[in-house]
This record gives sequence, structure tokens and C-alpha cells, in this order.
Amino acid sequence: MNLTLKVWRQKNGQTEGHFETYPARDIIEDMSFLEMLDVVNEGLISSGKDPIAFDSDCREGICGMCSLVINGIPHGGHAGTATCQLHMRRFKDGETITIEPWRAKAFPIIKDVATNRSAFDRIIQAGGFVSVNTGGTPDGNALPISKEVSDRAMDAAACIGCGACVAACKNASAMLFVAAKVSHLNLLPQGEPEKHRRALAMVTQMDKEGFGSCTVTGSCEAVCPKEIKLTFIAKLNRDFGVAALLGK
Amino acid sequence: MALESNIPSGPLAQKWDKHKFELKLVNPANKRKFEVIVVGSGLAGASAAATLGELGYKVKCFCYQDSPRRAHSIAAQGGINAAKNYQNDGDSVHRLFYDTIKGGDFRAREANVHRLAQVSVNIIDQCVAQGVPFAREYGGLLSNRSFGGAQVSRTFYARGQTGQQLLLGAYQALSRQIGMGTVKMYPRTEMVDVVVVDGHAKGIVVRDLVSGEISSHAADAVVLATGGYGNVFFLSTNAKGCNVTSIWRAYKKGAYLANPCYTQIHPTCIPVSGDHQSKLTLMSESLRNDGRVWVPKRKEDCTKAPGSIAEDDRDYYLERKYPSYGNLAPRDISSRAAKEACDSGRGVGPGALGVYLDFSAAIKRLSLNVIRERYGNLFDMYEKITGENAYQVPMRIYPAVHYTMGGSWVDYNLMSSLPGLFVVGEANFSDHGANRLGASALMQGLADGYFVLPYTIGNYFATCKQTRPATSHTEFKKVEEDVRKFTERLLSVKGKRTPTSLHRELGKLLWEKCGMARNEKGLKEALKRIPELREEFWKTVNVTGEAMEFNQALEYAGRVADFMEFGELMCLDALERNESCGGHFREEFQTPDGEAARNDDKYAYVAAWEYQGAGKAPVMHKESLEYSEVHMSTRSYK
Repeated sequence: MNLTLKVWRQKNGQTEGHFETYPARDIIEDMSFLEMLDVVNEGLISSGKDPIAFDSDCREGICGMCSLVINGIPHGGHAGTATCQLHMRRFKDGETITIEPWRAKAFPIIKDVATNRSAFDRIIQAGGFVSVNTGGTPDGNALPISKEVSDRAMDAAACIGCGACVAACKNASAMLFVAAKVSHLNLLPQGEPEKHRRALAMVTQMDKEGFGSCTVTGSCEAVCPKEIKLTFIAKLNRDFGVAALLGK
Repeated sequence: MALESNIPSGPLAQKWDKHKFELKLVNPANKRKFEVIVVGSGLAGASAAATLGELGYKVKCFCYQDSPRRAHSIAAQGGINAAKNYQNDGDSVHRLFYDTIKGGDFRAREANVHRLAQVSVNIIDQCVAQGVPFAREYGGLLSNRSFGGAQVSRTFYARGQTGQQLLLGAYQALSRQIGMGTVKMYPRTEMVDVVVVDGHAKGIVVRDLVSGEISSHAADAVVLATGGYGNVFFLSTNAKGCNVTSIWRAYKKGAYLANPCYTQIHPTCIPVSGDHQSKLTLMSESLRNDGRVWVPKRKEDCTKAPGSIAEDDRDYYLERKYPSYGNLAPRDISSRAAKEACDSGRGVGPGALGVYLDFSAAIKRLSLNVIRERYGNLFDMYEKITGENAYQVPMRIYPAVHYTMGGSWVDYNLMSSLPGLFVVGEANFSDHGANRLGASALMQGLADGYFVLPYTIGNYFATCKQTRPATSHTEFKKVEEDVRKFTERLLSVKGKRTPTSLHRELGKLLWEKCGMARNEKGLKEALKRIPELREEFWKTVNVTGEAMEFNQALEYAGRVADFMEFGELMCLDALERNESCGGHFREEFQTPDGEAARNDDKYAYVAAWEYQGAGKAPVMHKESLEYSEVHMSTRSYK
């Protein structure tokens, strides 16, 4: 199939960007979206032009590095699908596809559609862990955890930290990302001792990074490639509220 | 330099404990005086950096990705082995040790593997304490499943995302240290060379991938945790960015490379769909617990719908050939069997390069819901990539490059032949011999990073007594200059070919000549062709953009340049090893029924290659493998 791409090009964080239009010819249905971009980039390099800079690494939907807003929707709008797992059979011959970067103050653009998401790392550094050192831990089976609790924690822990939730939110809020990590750890007995401190510290850092407020519209849940549930935000709100009341 | 493996004396089961006692310690108050560089933030790198930070060392950690959480360990699906014997099925440290040695086709170092099996139990405890949500039974205890090459259930897992959860555990431990200031993290930063001062590795030179700036970092020791080199084949299950650069450039500075020809071809990957393919995707080996592998018995059935082929007309070849392990035969054996089936003209799907992995019997026996619960995410992934529903039609799978057992040669302390340079995880050669068993890569990465390196590196600090140079030292300036020249050279070719097309050509050549099966003639052809291709690379590569900017084409071209050199050493190593063992299958050396024929009299050694300079043949050093506890038997899974 033949497509037309409208791609956001921006030399770096200091200059202004603009859309450029490129044809994408002889695209095969079995290609992934990123393989389609590879083909376009090969063409750009061959004609001496700068290829489109975009992030990707594992291309299996798990590392969270890929990050494109495709036709206005982060990761392109197919349930539970990251950009790298989106295949061209989802598009029609002759279609025009718009490709933009994640748009959020806290995710500054590096070049073209690649952005800096280190703000997420700093939120984890503020409290997204259990404070145990290596060694001296009890036997793995010393602490039974019910399957239901463990499964729910796993549902939250499945977050890949891609930032689509932020990109989809009209306020660029990071609540779903923070809620996923807080819920993963706070649901488990291992995370219990620090649960108040964790919720407070992570939310504080989130605010400091310039992410917006949450109004629970659910656009984050809709685009999440791991289908992290909005209910975890309720869990975060509860843990944060209790911590604030306790003055922890 | 002679290879000194530094394996402690004494009975095998006591070596590690004895060695830990004999290692010199660094006083807690002195630890902060030592600086350590860790390159890579996967399971091995993140666990090492976090643990060293906790111990009080000053750590700098580097990764090329935008966050340490994205290292390719994250993509491991199936699980992690540990000799817990929670299932009461007869597992023990000794059994895990034995299975790993046997799985590696008796080409791994006995003492290292025993230590790995010993610390495996600590890893599970550590990860549980960090909050890793391993799968659990209704009673609340940890669940296990079985994996290839084992007859016990010792694999711990977190759905089909075990690597992700273990890496996030290590990433969280690392993040905690970053927050506390003991570790400084440098994302989007690529190591481009090691700096050697007075014979010791004392720092690295890096390129900031955002600004293009080249800078130096000095340390008391350097740890490489940069993963495997599977992308030398272009198509592999590795992430796009995985590369050989750090261990290759360290090789040129004196860190020998061991057994580069040992590469693992994983039997269960989604087949190639066309020339556009940028990478391959693994379908976890755990699927073989319930899936049955088959091809049609008759060639003429291969194009028919699988459901229309009668049970009697199917060849469940793994169950037929290896009745005691069946579909859970080890990876090298299963991959070769798939190749054999396709070579006999009975492959299925596009290009007839595929075999079926069929779940219909398991769905009938256990119900659709049970299968969905166990493997749902893998079935979803399969559907996204192929557009097929594997609950209704069998999956099509084919082997693909997945893991590299070879890597930097290291001694028992995980130190390379370049003093002060340690290599951990997949980047070293140490524990898997000629073939790695499933669910053992996660185990080794975390064993090295959490429980081995933090002890052994202290001994180096306590005994070496070398001062840390300043980055103004002439050696750093010289290496920085070399790096700048290399970058300039790449940018100045301005030829007609893209780095991708050259890489693809190299990969295809290696897959054909040094892939699942190798022979002398093919390897010699590859050894003739690779230098020509390398010359073509340097004459025709077109690297766009500039040095001092975010330039992905430049990053990639630098990695391809290293693959162009490394591929030659891989073929040379494969040519020199006149036997078949594990993942290294030389067609000339097979038993009458087509199994790998080892030659223990001549080849029971580790081949460690020493760089001699550009254009000169490398020198091979041999570390002979001696087994005190196991008998080197013929590996049989029949």
C-alpha cells in the first residue's frame, strides 16, 4: 500500500518544529509501524536527508521506549498495543497518517518525535521502591501472599513507563503512571511499611516535574498499551489521602 | 599473558564459601573512596550498581537507552531458575548445577556453574523482598513451572513478563541508590572506549547521545554489563540497540573474548515475514509446556490448513525423537530439529520456514481459560504480529538468534584479562558453556550483579592499591582523540549505502555460514567475504547528520562498524573448533543419527582470543576445562 505521512520535525529542543510530508510507498501489511518508518528513513538517507529521529528498542511492546502520537492518539489507538506492536494491516491504502511526539511540558523534545522522559525516573527515585538492601532477606516462601493480591499487584506492575498516559491527558497528568507503581508496591505486604511515605513522596515529585492535575477523564486508561486500570488512581488517591491525614 | 582462572581449591561445593572468606575486604569507611563505573543497566548492571551503591562505593552507571528501566532484560518472558525445591520434586543445588553443566554440553567452567546454582536460591528471596510479583498458588506460596532441559519444576515466573518484573526490581533498587546519591546515572550515554593506565582499566570515554559530546570518566574499576552480541546477525530477538561495542573495544584494549562462536538459536520465535523485518520476536519457551511441536509427515500436506491434517499424518518430531524430554528438549536440540524438518521440505507457512506449535490438545485437556491465564499475553502478542488467533490455529514458529554464550573471558572473580575490568551477565562467557538452558539468563545476570561481583570487586580494591588517575591524564586525552577521529571518519565517507543495508548483508552471511549449522567450507567463505564487506562499509556507508547532535544514524553506524570486525572473529572461532557442541553445530562432526559429536580429547577448553592489532591474526589462548564432580558424558535427552 501507499501512504502519506505528516511527520513532526524539530532539530532540537531549542528550535521550533513543523510538519513535513513524506510519501511511504510499497508498504506491506505485515510490517510494524516502526518498520514502515525504517523504510521511509532508508529512503531519506539515500536521498541525503536527515532521517526521522524516533525512539524504539525492544520492538516487542515491553521496554516502553517507543512513543508516537499517531493520528492524534498515543500509540495509535488499538487496545493494548504499543507503537512497535502496531502493524500496517491496521491502515488503508492511500491513507494520510499524522505522526507527532508525546506532548507534555515534563517531556521536552530532544529531536523530531523523540522526547526526554527522565521525569518518570525521578518519580521512581523519590519513592517507587521497597527499601531493602541486597542480602539478608527472608526465604521467598516465608511470606505467603494471596493469589488475588499478588495478581492485582502484577496488573499494576505491568506498566512499561512509556508515558502514553501523560501524552493522552489534556492536563498532561502522570497519575496513572504514579498510581501503577504506588499500587504495585502498596498492595503487597513487602511495600506496606513505607506505603504512606511512598505515596506522598511520589506525588510530590510528580507535581515538581510539572505534570498536570488529574480530573479522571480516563483517556490515560484508554491508550495504555498495558491496559492499566483507572481504579489504581482511586487506590493512589486513598493512600495519598490517608498519608496526608496522618501527616506522614 | 597466561590465563589464570583463579578457581579456588577445595571440594566443589565449598569453593565459593571458602573463597568469600579468603577475599580481602574493604573497610566500610574506605569504600566511599573507591569509584566504580558500571556500563549497562540490565539485570546484571542494575543489580551490580545498586548493590555496590548500598555497600558504600561511589558508582556511576551508564546506559544508551533513555532510562535504565528499558534494558533488554525487560523482554525476557518465561522465568528464572532457582534450586528451591519448593515443589518437592527432587531438585537441589547439585541438580541445578548438573543440569546447567550438561545443558551447556560440558563446555562451561564447573566452579562457576556450581556457584551460580548455590546463589540461585538467594536471588528469589531478594526479588520477593523487593516486591517482585511472582506467580503464586492459592495457598499464597510461590508457583513454579518447568523449562527445557530439566525434569523438575524450578522456574519462578511473573506471567509472561518475568524479565520485566525482575528488571523493575533491580531498577527500583538502583533508583533508590540514585535518589540517595550513591549512584549517578547517565542515560542516553554510550561507552565508546575503555581507558587503560599502567595496565589497569581506569575509566571509560563516552558519547552523550543527545549532545554528541565526548567525555571521560575515571574510576578504580570498570564493570561491563552490556549484554550479548546477537545483533551481529542483524535479525535476532535482541532489542534494536543491543551491540558488541563495549566488549569489542575492551577486547582491543586487552580483554580477551571467549568462545564467540557459541550463539544460541532459540527454537520458538515468530517466523520472518519479509525483507522489511527489523527484528524477530520470541515466543517464550514456557509455551512448550503445553504446546506440541509438529510438521506434516508428507510434503504435499504442508500447504493444507493444519486443522485438516489427520493426527496420523502429523509428525510430532520432538516427542518422537526425544521421548523423555519431548517438547521440552533443550534449545539447541529443538532448533536443529526444526531446521531438519524444514530442510526435509516439510516446513509450513511463507517460505516453508516454520513448524507448528499446537495448543489444541492442551485446550481440550485443561480448557481455554487455563491456557489463556497461563499464556494470554503471548497469544495476544502473536496475534498482533501475525494477525492469527493461536487459540484456533496452531502457532507457526521458527528458530532465531536469541542469546550469546560467548563473551569477554573472565576469571572466577568475573575479572577479565584486563585487570580492573570486570564483565558480568550475558556480556561474559562464564556459565552457560556451549548452550544456555531456558530461565538461566535471568539467574546468571542477577547472580553476578547481586551476589558475586560485589564480593569479588572488593578484593581487587583491597589488593591492587592503584591510584585513580584524573581525567586530565594523557591517556584519557589520547582515547578521546581516537574516538573523535573514528566519528569523523564515519561521517566523512558519505557513500551510497545505508548502515542498515550493510548490516543486513553481514547478518545474512553469518546466518547462512555461521548460524544453526556450520561447516569448514562455509566458514572459510565467510572469512573471505567479511573483510571485503568491511572494506565496502568503510567505502560506501552513508552516515547523515553531524557529530555534535542527537544522531541515531551515527550511533548505529558505529555499532555496525564493530559488528563488521567481530563477525570475523566469530567465524574464526567456529572454524577452529573442529567438533560440535551445544549451539555450535559443525556438520562434519555429528553422530550417525544427526546429534552433535563432541571431541573432549581435543576441545574441552575455552577459546580465549587476544587482539594483536589491526590487520593481524588474533592469538588463541586455551583454558582447559577440568571436571572434578561430573563425568563428561554424551548429552542425551532421549
